[in-house]
Amino acid sequence: MRTPTPTPPALPTQFAVQCRDLTKSFGTGANRVQALRGVDLEVATGELLMLVGPSGCGKTTLLSVLAGTLDSDGGTCRVFGEDVQGMRDGERTRWRARSIGFVFQAYNLIPTLSAAENVAIPCVLQGMPRRAAIERGKQALADVGLADRVDARPAQLSGGQQQRIAIARALVHEPRLVVCDEPTAALDHDNGKRVMDLLRNVAARADRALVVVTHDSRIFPFADRIAHMDDGRIVRIVDDPAASTAH
Amino acid sequence: MNVFALKMLVGDRLKYLGLVIGIAFASLLITQQASIFYGYSHRIGAWIRDTSQADLWVMDEQTEYTEDRKPLTDTTLQRVRSIDGVAWAVPMWKGYLRIRLADGTRVQARLVGIDDATLLGAPPQMVEGSLADLHRDRSVLIDVDSLADLRLRHGLPGEGPRAVKVGDHIDVNDHEAIVVGSFRRTAEFFWDPVLYTTYSRALTMAPPERRQLTFVLVKVKEGVAMADVQRAITAATGHAALTGAEFEATSEKYVLAKTGILVNFGITIVLGFVIGVLVAGQLLYNFVVENLRYYAAMKAMGATNGTLVRMVLIQVAVAAGLGFGIGLGGAAISGVAMAHGGLAFEMDWRIPLLGAAAILVVCVIAALISITRVFRLEPAVVFKG
Repeated sequence: MRTPTPTPPALPTQFAVQCRDLTKSFGTGANRVQALRGVDLEVATGELLMLVGPSGCGKTTLLSVLAGTLDSDGGTCRVFGEDVQGMRDGERTRWRARSIGFVFQAYNLIPTLSAAENVAIPCVLQGMPRRAAIERGKQALADVGLADRVDARPAQLSGGQQQRIAIARALVHEPRLVVCDEPTAALDHDNGKRVMDLLRNVAARADRALVVVTHDSRIFPFADRIAHMDDGRIVRIVDDPAASTAH
Repeated sequence: MNVFALKMLVGDRLKYLGLVIGIAFASLLITQQASIFYGYSHRIGAWIRDTSQADLWVMDEQTEYTEDRKPLTDTTLQRVRSIDGVAWAVPMWKGYLRIRLADGTRVQARLVGIDDATLLGAPPQMVEGSLADLHRDRSVLIDVDSLADLRLRHGLPGEGPRAVKVGDHIDVNDHEAIVVGSFRRTAEFFWDPVLYTTYSRALTMAPPERRQLTFVLVKVKEGVAMADVQRAITAATGHAALTGAEFEATSEKYVLAKTGILVNFGITIVLGFVIGVLVAGQLLYNFVVENLRYYAAMKAMGATNGTLVRMVLIQVAVAAGLGFGIGLGGAAISGVAMAHGGLAFEMDWRIPLLGAAAILVVCVIAALISITRVFRLEPAVVFKG
């Protein structure tokens, strides 16, 4: 059951994300796991924030709450001024379609659709005609350096290329918040670097923010800030990624 | 998303073919077995339909089916003729008799004796000779569809085995008869050959009995209510007066129940249906479940439950429609291919409709069961890989 929380005042526009006292648990009784224990977090516009920490520390849960795919039990979460937890299901679904770009660890590209069709999905979900959406998808693929592979199916592409398609899909509808779950976990060093270069450029826009969950210390230098989580809490925020890498 | 839904369906050709073939196989099982059962059931009343000139059949009230001989008194015919609303009434004799062919081959056959004067109640289609030839001395008509049974197994001196033909002399219950013509009839459930002769000649051929009349065929005057005439006949004679459809239904009910065909075929049909349903349902369920992660990803990206249901239903409709069409076509081809072997295959118009409805319902249920898993999924699950 969610704890009723007073609606917070509107946030300054420089904050893409502002979370206050977020809590979330799974299971009941002896099996109850407290995944978030009062998380406070702010992400500025134009920022690339990484969430790092050991497995089970609550990174993915926090990412899911930010993206509006999971209800928190308590606390508030505003994304570009909108109270995500206060939205009803249908409203939140439409908000996700409009405002959030997703990059999944397993890519989740539909194997029977071409690269352009996969990238077009978010636009079609928002009601854009299919042909126009595919044209937009082709442009997005060109932006990630895959203009020559628009008709290829995912199985015909390397892991790095598939992740670039997934990034194009996450950006094609111009979302304001992009959430990435272990985007480089399945990639070698070169492909990982290429993907992070892309994401770094994406975050460079003032009206957008990126939150990346990762275990991959190779990509820490690409972050503006790194939030370390442990046992459902943010235990440390590092403003200097190089220092974090060293740590 | 409709086009994307179809591409998801047909994109993996091997899975798509497997799904369509599975549904086609299920449809084939359902429609073929049902058509064969319907064909056998429908054949029970074939002789009644072939004798279509009469509106009513008057018979002993205990008569169970077409071959069930419970004779009436001869005066029944006159009583029926005297009833208001009866345009005409003619006698008919029907029963099993032994036939001895010229070379000594013995066969059991059904003999039908029809009214001497009018020849009403005659077979539907003459092949050789004419119906009027029945007025010739000792004449009988033979059934061309039973020539395999009406066969001189040894043959006459100087010739080999052959079928009976027009001009042959045969013995019907030790009474000499001459084959003067042949006819074609609708394939029946009962397999013994059928011979036609006149009513009076049938009585001379049949073993002597106190009661000899098997049926009275009745034509109802135009403008008179059939039910009124039926009631009047029953009141005057104490016998049943059934329409052709009623007689057919009575015969079907009796034969199906007494022979165990209903139970045996019923089991086959139910098994075919259950297996078909399970195959189609399982295949479709697997197809949807295999795509669950993509539906979940789309849900995270903002697809509503309504969008996902529509996608799944489009996939189901296309796979079920195509599979059912192939299965139905296969059933029809198998029916045509096996028709010469005597298979009682008859696809009534209701069979494709019911089969399609069954397949569609099963597919939709299977799809909805699987899609409920998407409904229950938190979209966040896609972050767990």
